[in-house]
Amino acid sequence: MAVLVGNHTKLLVQGITGREGLFHAKGCKDYGTNVVGGVTPGKGGTEIEGYKVWNTVADCVKDSGANASMIFVPPVGAADAILESLDAGIELIVCITEGIPVLDMVKVKRVLAEYPKSRLIGPNCPGVITPGQAKIGIMPGRIHKAGHVGVVSRSGTLTYEAVGQLTALGIGQSTCIGIGGDPVNGTSHIDALRLFQDDPDTHSIIMIGEIGGTAEEEAAEFVKSYVTKPVVSFIAGQTAPPGRRMGHAGAIISGGKGTATEKMKALEAAGITVVKSPADMGIAMAERMGVKV
Amino acid sequence: MNIHEYQAKELLRQYKVATPNGRVAQDAEEARQITKEYGGQSVVKAQIHAGGRGKGGGVKFATDPDKAAELFKAMMGMQLVTKQTGPEGRKVRTVFISDPVDIARELYLAFLVDRATSRVTVMASTEGGVEIEEVAEKTPEKIVKVVVDPALGLSGFQARQIAFGLGFSGDGFKKCVVFLQNLYRLFVEKDCSMVEVNPLVETKTGDVIALDAKIGFDDNGLFRHPDVLAYRDLNEEAEEEIEASKFNLNFIKLDGNIGCMVNGAGLAMGTMDIIKYHGGSPANFLDVGGGATEDAVKNAFRIILQDTSVKAVLVNIFGGIMRCDVVAKGIVNAAKEIGISVPVVVRLEGTNVEEGKKILAESGYNLIVGENIKDAAEKVVASIK
Repeated sequence: MAVLVGNHTKLLVQGITGREGLFHAKGCKDYGTNVVGGVTPGKGGTEIEGYKVWNTVADCVKDSGANASMIFVPPVGAADAILESLDAGIELIVCITEGIPVLDMVKVKRVLAEYPKSRLIGPNCPGVITPGQAKIGIMPGRIHKAGHVGVVSRSGTLTYEAVGQLTALGIGQSTCIGIGGDPVNGTSHIDALRLFQDDPDTHSIIMIGEIGGTAEEEAAEFVKSYVTKPVVSFIAGQTAPPGRRMGHAGAIISGGKGTATEKMKALEAAGITVVKSPADMGIAMAERMGVKV
Repeated sequence: MNIHEYQAKELLRQYKVATPNGRVAQDAEEARQITKEYGGQSVVKAQIHAGGRGKGGGVKFATDPDKAAELFKAMMGMQLVTKQTGPEGRKVRTVFISDPVDIARELYLAFLVDRATSRVTVMASTEGGVEIEEVAEKTPEKIVKVVVDPALGLSGFQARQIAFGLGFSGDGFKKCVVFLQNLYRLFVEKDCSMVEVNPLVETKTGDVIALDAKIGFDDNGLFRHPDVLAYRDLNEEAEEEIEASKFNLNFIKLDGNIGCMVNGAGLAMGTMDIIKYHGGSPANFLDVGGGATEDAVKNAFRIILQDTSVKAVLVNIFGGIMRCDVVAKGIVNAAKEIGISVPVVVRLEGTNVEEGKKILAESGYNLIVGENIKDAAEKVVASIK
């Protein structure tokens, strides 16, 4: 049954009348996701290319029974869009928007704690996909294959890389979760690891991390105490210079902390197979699973 | 984004956070004049975006106005080398003259967004002038840490906790509390990512002031602060990086010889890593982003090739939103306009990959195809051996 997204998902798109919002609403629908329509304030009651539009998330939920939302609202209003979905009782909120001010996310994070039934993925992320069932996000669906490897990552394209390698080896995925590259986000590596460990459909896990912060070190501790399934990991940024932000707002080595070396050491100490080359993620997983390739 | 000390102090004054008198001097004569105003002595400070200025010779005490003029002349235009600038140093283009203060105690104070708690956190320590990392390691009990609830802001009791922790009492205590609350207001209203006051000083006359201040801003918040954006000093940024930012490209210059063009920050880092893994050395980090246009790709290519240390280029694209045909057209256009004199290895995967490969193959340019990320990395490293 995988995690987070699947045949039960009823998706609304916040910012559906925008170019990106509409494009990816179609992408999700084409992949098989039940897209009920979307929300653009002031355009309620209209339709765009067959998708119904509501003024508020609450209206949309009342009429359509939507239980998930995908956010394409520009940075200036994205935090507010997340709050609106929380208030409307949406269980799974996937925020694709890149460039949200971190102090806006600090506020969102505080409010999030008051909604234990809701989960935020992102922001600044590719989204979530359960291959063969549904996707919420911008990832290319066809590189995926249904199966039993859970993938969690801070990076979008590096997730595609891992998925592409797995699929090429004939290994399918249960669910792939892109948690996003921002320093303050809704779902952490640990949250995703817990979901995968508790999911009977997930048999092993690929965790892709990157420099900056200590999320990977904390995840390593969590794996030691909670995760019994095999985990393979790659940390991006082994060659990154200190003090520079490597594209992602969160990817920075500051004060000598957050280096790839430290993270890799912590992961290895937790019994995780850590690959040095991003080309080896798939093959390492095959080895851990005992799959002949 | 980072700003200069003199700009940080302007902001502090705007928020009524105490800081010594100080002004930028345009020439030696003005340095002399300002020093006279301050009673005949001053601190002459070179303005560059790098720490360790004092040790590098960028902060000097002028015992009289003539000395201030002399120091100004010596500092203006010098290549200031500190532990953060690298061996080539940074050219000094602005010199700040500061009113000296009689220091009773030097303390440390920082506001930052702590990732572990997802909240603004205040760190203070009685060990001023020392790197906080060092204090954290050796004497963690000397650090006072307060986590701020974003809905409430810095509460009175929290400010008092810090002020007491820093050993203040009486009048100084009250001043410190006001200092902290005003600084918090600056932090959130201007979307800062970090404010470091090192040292925070208690003067012999009982004032609490920011002797130095380093302010970093959250780039994502800059759109709502045109006043802060006006502080951007392009001289402090590498030329290629400024050029890249015009096309919304994320570019960071490194010291290797294999240029990289990749989509997505994670894959861009991963590509640097795999080049190193196979014995090469990346010349840059370049993320063309998710929705890059043909024009952006062309310019990315041009910026990479401008660097004369680049001996080969690796293009690594895993298209999700990004279409491989768009990338291919951008590369071919770049080749047409600027010519390609170094080996170029291209790995395309994802949306419209066949169309992309066809465009490259029919272009007539000698582009090496990488079948996957490993093959591409091996080929680009081999191409310059």
